Amino acid sequence: MELHETFKLVSSNLRANPLRSFLTMLGLIIGIGSVVLIVSLGAGAQALIVAQVNSLGSNLVGVLPGASDDKGPPASVFGIQVKTLVNDDVKALLADSRTSHLTAVSGYAQGKAKMVYANQELEGGSFMGVEASYPQIEKITLTGGRFFSPEEDSGLARVAVIGSDVSQELWGGDDPLGKTFKIKRESFRVIGVLQPRGRVGFSNLDKYVLIPLSTAQKILLGWRHLSLIRGRVDEAANIGETIQGMKEVLRDQHNIDTAAEDDFSVRNAADAVELLKTITDAFRFFLAAIAAISLLVGGIGIMNIMLVAVTERYREIGLRKAVGATRRNIQNQFLIETLVITGLGSIIGIAGGAVVSALVTVIARALEYNWEFIVSLPSIFLAVGVGLAIGLAFGFYPARRAAQLDPIVALRYE
Amino acid sequence: MPSLIKVSHLSKQYQNEEVVTPVLHDLSFTIEAGEFVSIMGPSGSGKSTLMHILGFLDHATDGQYMFEDTDVSLLSDDQLAAMRSHKAGFVFQQFNLLPKTSVLQNVMLPLMYVPMSEDERIAKAKQAVEVVGLSHRLDYRSNQLSGGEKQRVAIARALVNDPTIIFADEPTGNLDSKSGAQIMKTLYELNLEQKHTIILVTHETYTAEHAKRILRIRDGVIVADEQVAAERRQAAVAGELK
Repeated sequence: MELHETFKLVSSNLRANPLRSFLTMLGLIIGIGSVVLIVSLGAGAQALIVAQVNSLGSNLVGVLPGASDDKGPPASVFGIQVKTLVNDDVKALLADSRTSHLTAVSGYAQGKAKMVYANQELEGGSFMGVEASYPQIEKITLTGGRFFSPEEDSGLARVAVIGSDVSQELWGGDDPLGKTFKIKRESFRVIGVLQPRGRVGFSNLDKYVLIPLSTAQKILLGWRHLSLIRGRVDEAANIGETIQGMKEVLRDQHNIDTAAEDDFSVRNAADAVELLKTITDAFRFFLAAIAAISLLVGGIGIMNIMLVAVTERYREIGLRKAVGATRRNIQNQFLIETLVITGLGSIIGIAGGAVVSALVTVIARALEYNWEFIVSLPSIFLAVGVGLAIGLAFGFYPARRAAQLDPIVALRYE
Repeated sequence: MPSLIKVSHLSKQYQNEEVVTPVLHDLSFTIEAGEFVSIMGPSGSGKSTLMHILGFLDHATDGQYMFEDTDVSLLSDDQLAAMRSHKAGFVFQQFNLLPKTSVLQNVMLPLMYVPMSEDERIAKAKQAVEVVGLSHRLDYRSNQLSGGEKQRVAIARALVNDPTIIFADEPTGNLDSKSGAQIMKTLYELNLEQKHTIILVTHETYTAEHAKRILRIRDGVIVADEQVAAERRQAAVAGELK
């Protein structure tokens, strides 16, 4: 029998019993579908996290107060106040030749306070004192107004550049520019409004109000220290050298001799991205491996049904042999039947996994996450390959059993 | 010219867990092309086993089976399949039609294992269905047919490959007497008019006497090899004995 005729025979056999054919494939469909879905969602989640970190700017270098080691971040990350970073550190970093690749540096002083305009109160608002060089460090765009100047910073001006959510919650649809509102009972004038920036990790950047650093330290916080320092490096290639230079400058500033005594930690965004990728990759492959176990279960299910099908069709096999079918004819028939089942199952599984992943994308976007829909070609090839391999592996034994049946025994089988 | 079938000292025994059951014992006979032979005997006499060996479905344990010029006992599995495909056609007591499949598809089945075009297969199958007078049932499914019609489809299936010899194993066993008589008449005419060689296995004298010759088997041994008298044969075909 020619191959295409065997295919025709097999497809009409499968069509004769559609529900059963579908149930036979179901295990494989679920297995392939979940592998595709998990790999796809993993890629989407990874892209989202990496994009968020990158949105801060990849040439960004940050200094946090407090020591850190390979095992974890500095204590300041957990909200513990460490007062080792001061304004003089920023000046030193800008002046020193070892950190000449830094194009801009700013100290940050962060606090939470109730913000009020007319009868509106903003819950969960934060203010961030930054220097006038801030727009050269972080990627921001103003929808209206301007950023504050170095003179306003040194002159303790009470001006504010507000995030888009702050604008929305305190002023609704009205234009906030030029309006005066209160932070901790001090009056501030709105001079600029920021475009939405989204979330990074757990903090919503759009709920921040940016004010001059001196104003934040002296009027609102009563601090002499900084929450953190951020700077921008001119080229990615110089990041390593600059980090080393920053450490040396800060050690000189803090009178520290060895790295072990560091009371600060220097980090850059590229490192964080790499670390995140490593962690999320590990998760993706772990989950995909678990899903792959269901493929094995699906394969065993198919073998089981095929063995039943062979037994059910003893008489048909005997008849085919009596009218001239060879062992190979019979073996091919059952093997191709299994391959068609697994091939179809793989395709349905891939489609199902992709559809669910697309639904997740739609939902995530509705929730304003910048989620990407990623179904990679290699993952599809892998899924189809695994599906067909399962078909061959688990289809071979039933097909062989059918082929080796004695025609007389098969014909007499009741 | 050699005989179509030449069996010498053929024996068959089944071995089942140390227990050896002899079925056929030292059989020798010849069958010429164009003959119509009944193999007759009570159940358990070994007549079906003999037919399976003659029909390339089973191997003899001992002795020689020459078909045309071929020593069948030397053939491989694939060569036996080729013999079944080209030389033999089978009609079974249980019909053995594929369920939920059309008459045409059922008759085409043996042609699926022979290289030829689909059009050629359909043409040959239609021709075979015409011979058994079922052209008006071509598109019926096998389960929509009566018993007699089913067996005629089976005969068409046996004919479709232009076999040298047709084997019929109790073809009337599952039919009422009227349908049975029709089937026997069809086989009789195939032998008489189309010169097909037919070997019929049965335990009924009436059915057996449609043939020209009867081989009587009892306990695996041929006890008689006789010609059917012309008048008894005529009577059988005319249905007078029933």
